[in-house]
Amino acid sequence: MNVSEIAYLASILHRRTGIVLAEKKTSMIETRLAPVVRRFGFRDICSLLKELQYGHEALIQAVIEAMTTNDSAFFRDRRTFEEFRDIVLPALMVERAESKQLRIWCAACAAGQEPYSVAMLLDDAGLIEQGWTITLIATDINSHMVARAEEGFYTQFEVQRGLPIRRLVSHFTQDDDKWRIAEKLRRMVSFRTFNLLDSFGWLPDCDVVFCRNVLMYFDHKTRLSVLDRIGEILAPDGALLVGPAETLVGSELGYFPAESAPGLFYRSRPAPLRRLLAG
Amino acid sequence: MKTCLVVDDSRVIRKVACAILKELSFRAEEAENGAAALSACRQEMPDVILLDWQMPSMTGVEFLRALRNEARGNHPIVLLCTTENDASHISEAINAGADEYIMKPFDRSLLEAKLAEVGLV
Repeated sequence: MNVSEIAYLASILHRRTGIVLAEKKTSMIETRLAPVVRRFGFRDICSLLKELQYGHEALIQAVIEAMTTNDSAFFRDRRTFEEFRDIVLPALMVERAESKQLRIWCAACAAGQEPYSVAMLLDDAGLIEQGWTITLIATDINSHMVARAEEGFYTQFEVQRGLPIRRLVSHFTQDDDKWRIAEKLRRMVSFRTFNLLDSFGWLPDCDVVFCRNVLMYFDHKTRLSVLDRIGEILAPDGALLVGPAETLVGSELGYFPAESAPGLFYRSRPAPLRRLLAG
Repeated sequence: MKTCLVVDDSRVIRKVACAILKELSFRAEEAENGAAALSACRQEMPDVILLDWQMPSMTGVEFLRALRNEARGNHPIVLLCTTENDASHISEAINAGADEYIMKPFDRSLLEAKLAEVGLV
């Protein structure tokens, strides 16, 4: 691969997804594009990158999907889910007690581990049984990942990453060498392929947005744009959860960090109730 | 330093598990079957037990049931570590008193993650 081929790949990736490709990631590019090289019958990666410049849409889409990071795990970064369970959810259950409606969006859901982890916590809280209407939307730029998430099948390796064994037994059924998320939880989540650079117009107003481990791949301008548009669909008292390695510059971006809860931000200054529940 | 008893009839598995556990700052001891493990627990109850299922004379689950009836037998956190990977075996282990379950094969990251889940690393 020469410098101009990598630069073209970087530019198309940035233009289509907002992702910034670090210059020295040649081995990562080779690893991720190798299956695309085979699938499209190219001789090598250089041939693929040359062809990419002719704007073959199916090839561009396959390259984008191969270059996006899809690594995930159930209850990844356990503290985030503890914050959702112990701080965000109890406050919303009080504040939405009348409407009994809760709308949650997982913005980069990969193979579905995140929205299904959220669904398990909502199931634990017994919200459906209490008559709540839950809208749980999960999106990802990668259509293959979204299709996998919708199916809800996971390997033995995947179900052992972050998932306590009691949850595996209670929330999954075994199907040969795979494990499938329980139908009840699968039906709680609406999946859709979605690029965060596109219009958020189809999304409902949300009470909680999980946007974890994705902002860190964007440049500053794209981060601000995504955060700004999340702000537009997030309820005034809504919560935004980002990854532990991702920090927002607090109120400068119109978000306020929760006390003692890294990665948790509110659209408006946290109310006393939340601080009380946070202990 | 936390102590871990590795119970497995495979010498190779015991060595591999003990090496990982030592890297994770555990004091690791070995037992090659359920009876030897029960005897070791009566001398000194470990903090955690990594337990194989299929072993001669006393299976892992038979050992687990016997352990939980011992004085201080509820103290150790027990992680089944086995090729018995079907839901019915997992449920049987949980009912017998297992705290977590590792489906073989395992590596350092999986063992470390499971130990973290039960609050030991």
